[in-house]
Amino acid sequence: MSQEQLLTIREDINRRKLINQIFAIVGLVVILVAIFILLALIVHMVSSGISRISPQFFTSFPSRRAEKAGIMSAWVGTSLIMLVTALAAVPIGVASGIYLEEYSRKNLLADFIEINVTNLAGVPSIVYGLLALGLFVYELNLGRSILSAGLTLALLILPVVIVTTREALRAIPNHLREAAYALGASKWQMIWDHVLPYSFGSILTGVIIGLSRAIGETAPVVTIGALVFIRFLPDSPLNSEFPYIPFQGEFPYLNIQQLFAWLQSEFTVMPIQMFTWVSRPERAFEANAAAAGTVLIAMTLAMNGIAIYLRYRFRKGLKW
Amino acid sequence: MVEKLSNKLSKSTISNAKAEVDNLSFYYGSFKALKSISLVVPEKQVTALIGPSGCGKTTLLRCFNRMHDLYPGNRYEGAIWLDSDVNILGKKIDPIEVRMRISMVFQKPNPFPKSIYDNVAYGLRVRGENRRRLIENKMEKALRGAALWDEVKDRLYDSAYNLSGGQQQRLCIARALVADPEIILFDEPTSALDPIATSSIEELIAELKKQVTILIVTHSMQQAARISDYTAFMYLGAMMEFGETRQIFERPANSQTEAYISGRIG
Repeated sequence: MSQEQLLTIREDINRRKLINQIFAIVGLVVILVAIFILLALIVHMVSSGISRISPQFFTSFPSRRAEKAGIMSAWVGTSLIMLVTALAAVPIGVASGIYLEEYSRKNLLADFIEINVTNLAGVPSIVYGLLALGLFVYELNLGRSILSAGLTLALLILPVVIVTTREALRAIPNHLREAAYALGASKWQMIWDHVLPYSFGSILTGVIIGLSRAIGETAPVVTIGALVFIRFLPDSPLNSEFPYIPFQGEFPYLNIQQLFAWLQSEFTVMPIQMFTWVSRPERAFEANAAAAGTVLIAMTLAMNGIAIYLRYRFRKGLKW
Repeated sequence: MVEKLSNKLSKSTISNAKAEVDNLSFYYGSFKALKSISLVVPEKQVTALIGPSGCGKTTLLRCFNRMHDLYPGNRYEGAIWLDSDVNILGKKIDPIEVRMRISMVFQKPNPFPKSIYDNVAYGLRVRGENRRRLIENKMEKALRGAALWDEVKDRLYDSAYNLSGGQQQRLCIARALVADPEIILFDEPTSALDPIATSSIEELIAELKKQVTILIVTHSMQQAARISDYTAFMYLGAMMEFGETRQIFERPANSQTEAYISGRIG
């Protein structure tokens, strides 16, 4: 190769490398901008709210005086609603995912369901609120209760749970399915003994991602009628004295009504509490709102952290 | 003509048939992958299926445990008689029943991501067996049968994924062996293994035929010559020739068989 050709080749290489580097730099800048804005928001919120975060803040009900107000009813409400949401969405979502991925025949109906489930994930949450108001509150007469709110949010995150379950199942290699079948396993044995345990970590991650979306939802909960000012907790299912569990003399020996009374209680949730404080004219309430926001973000981060840890735990030693 | 010839041969020389394939055709959708196959699988012998890629030997093997039932659009015609009284492909026969009698070892070692113990025990647990003592006895017998016991007896609760490729394949053989199957199907069991692991699997197969009937698909003619008693040569979905291994390799009756064995096709 002549000296001249060699020079042109080198020039060409340099030009291509330059384009490569330009993209790397632009990408880095864009990411840094996004991260910076997010961090700035969080830091600003935390710094204006941190002074209000104290044990008293967690154990006080809302009040007209900002320094005495707290998030007791809000965090209890949010936690209980998340419990109901998880209990409703996980069994239904995982079962639907299993059915769609492993059992349903691949035909027009399956395609139709698939498109619907995917689209449901994109439906604005207030629409779920309207649906729930009509169905749970009026039609089924569940009232403006924790149960209604939990079921509403469960509907909201069902598509997420179904889709992630299906993806988790699809990621299990086919040769493991065939290995189980070849030993004489039925389809359900194959799923229960193998596919489900192997995909458990991924399914759990999907569930927690869904829940951390639900925890910040405001619109649907407002639609079904969450209260904005609430100075009581739901009735405890347990007695205040030993043996705590509410036994009773006659059948069914447990006071079922007392055990589940909290489901019918009225409620408020963290984002709504934040919103009421933000909309107050007094400046002092802004610090309260920031503090509540900080707690909410901490709750979400904690859930994501649990998801990452569980995925790590269950995937350890699982590779194919 | 050729099929008639091989049929005549099988009927005349093989008296102890474990399974008999009778005029079997198989379709993937509208594609006819197997064309009127007839074959006799002699009891407690090694029968090898050889032929170039895409000739249908794995397809034929997977008919024996109804693996094709798992996927839509597959269709069988004809019959595979087990002990000349049960048609494996019969509509009334549950594939699960077939797979409990005929087990399979796959091309790529595919242990479950569980412990060695759980891998072998699953063949029994899947039948609802949960007597611990019985499972342990059968597991040890199967692992000894697969020549793996001495290597793993001190770490039965380790993950199967910590074993080497050859050990994993022997674990899969133990898993296939644990519930006393009547036939074991091997689908190119050594194609993912190194030469040393390959020869240990081959020795194992020679040992196993004392207790169980073996049907093996192999891509390597040398392997078929080394380990099998009977050989079937398939080409483009048809059974070209079937006979004793020595006869197939030394005096092939069919010109296509001869061309394949001498390396001119394939």
